[in-house]
Amino acid sequence: MAASSSLSKEQSVININDLSLTFKTNDGLVHALSNIDLTINSGEFVSLIGPSGCGKTTLLRVIADLETPTGGSILVNAMSPHEARMKRAYGYVFQAAALYPWRTIARNVGLPLEIMGLDKEECQKRISHNLALVNLEGFEKKFPWQLSGGMQQRASIARALAVEPELLLMDEPFGALDEIVRDHLNEQLLRLWDKTNKTVVFVTHSIPEAVFLSSKIVVMSPRPGRIHSIIESNLPKDRTLDIRETQEFLNIAHEVREGLREGHSYED
Amino acid sequence: MRGNVNIFPLLCVLTGIIVIWYASAIYMNAPFQRDVYQRAKTQWTTTQLIGDTLAQKRPVLPAPHQVAEEIYKTTFLKKVTSKRSLIYHSGITFSSTILGFIIGVVLGIALAVGIVHNKALDKSLMPWVISSQTIPILAIAPMIIVVLNAVGIQGLLPKAFISTYLSFFPVVVGMVKGLRSPEIIHLDLMRTYSATQWDVFWKLRWPSSMPFLFTSMKVAIAAALVGAIVGELPTGAVAGLGARLLAGSYYGQTIQIWSALFMAALLAGTLVALVGIANRMVLKRMGMAA
Repeated sequence: MAASSSLSKEQSVININDLSLTFKTNDGLVHALSNIDLTINSGEFVSLIGPSGCGKTTLLRVIADLETPTGGSILVNAMSPHEARMKRAYGYVFQAAALYPWRTIARNVGLPLEIMGLDKEECQKRISHNLALVNLEGFEKKFPWQLSGGMQQRASIARALAVEPELLLMDEPFGALDEIVRDHLNEQLLRLWDKTNKTVVFVTHSIPEAVFLSSKIVVMSPRPGRIHSIIESNLPKDRTLDIRETQEFLNIAHEVREGLREGHSYED
Repeated sequence: MRGNVNIFPLLCVLTGIIVIWYASAIYMNAPFQRDVYQRAKTQWTTTQLIGDTLAQKRPVLPAPHQVAEEIYKTTFLKKVTSKRSLIYHSGITFSSTILGFIIGVVLGIALAVGIVHNKALDKSLMPWVISSQTIPILAIAPMIIVVLNAVGIQGLLPKAFISTYLSFFPVVVGMVKGLRSPEIIHLDLMRTYSATQWDVFWKLRWPSSMPFLFTSMKVAIAAALVGAIVGELPTGAVAGLGARLLAGSYYGQTIQIWSALFMAALLAGTLVALVGIANRMVLKRMGMAA
């Protein structure tokens, strides 16, 4: 009995139960998150989608222990988010690349490794391996401002991967990029997910992006921030951008759009 | 090409200043000269008057060429070790400026680090830091010299402490701002790595604060020079640009005063430029040179 329950624990990377988060502001309480129940299993690609103010970024930050929930429970790798953060259980990719301007690309990717206290050789190995994963070989000695926005964001993904986390948390990483670059990076991210088998939690407000990338789409709605519906997707793992023309893709996109519409009251 | 464009307005201003200066020198020195003529009962022409006003021994306002000549005589024609060499006096002032500046920068950074990392220090220290600068330095300088002398500290250090007193302030203010300058997203990133305060300081706060440090050091080094000169003024110092100014005013040697003033300005300009060069070198190494 005990063995089987620990086995199922291993399967689920994130367990969220009746989670809520209330901010106190000058105008009173803001219910950023309420009654969130969500289980994310190992190897899943989960998108959190919703209009602004629905708490999708807040939820991601709770998982990352950058925000503290005011109610309910959450386990990350069967630990509290704080313990998980202390053990560096996840890699986090922010909306902006957040590269340190005084560090070269290689040293930016190496930043978490320095903090983890890895030896030089291991750092070097991981830096070149992960820069190769995001197709940034040859840019090691460049400074961030010498790279385009898309390349900077790829460098920040390499930096998150360098920690070698099983869990990747991404907060609208491609939101600031133009659509062509975005499509390209979406495809690369999908390849990366396929290759590394990591668990990804991905925040976005783009329906095509969510449907294209995800194995599970969590539709959220605002005031209070809550989960409206969870849509499973069975698109093949080795899909390409062409899949966006297929009926299957359009059906899922339609379902997501309906969910967003129902969850979002237009009266206010 | 760009150099030419930039130097033209500079030359215009310089020419303007020299013209105004000569005119003022003639105007201000003329009454004394007329007095001299009257007493000697000599006939004089305007040309003669102008020539003589620009060649007085103790003019109210020395002419530019008199100051230039004095500077030339007391720098190039005197041995560096001579008490009459301006280089010698500048060197004295320079050494206490630099010593005071270095102590001031270290002290300023230390205070800023404390203020940024400790709420109690932030609340308790900052008002003192600010009020320290409301006391006129001229009033406190002799006290510092006397008090330090009483505890057996003499020579370069007391003067340097006056420089420190003036130069730590811009460094504290600049570095508090600099160490708090990292963006939230950069701090959040450190949190996701569960980085220690030590790592956050050395890998994020310290490098972020570099532009602020150099800007405040430019202000601080000029203030340190003022401090060193002020330290030499009321304390009976026998050497240094301040002592030179004081001696000049005792004996009405206006030419000597003005040449000491110019050396001080030149020294200040050189020091600020040196900080500027260090600034560019460091920021270039950090890939942030503008």
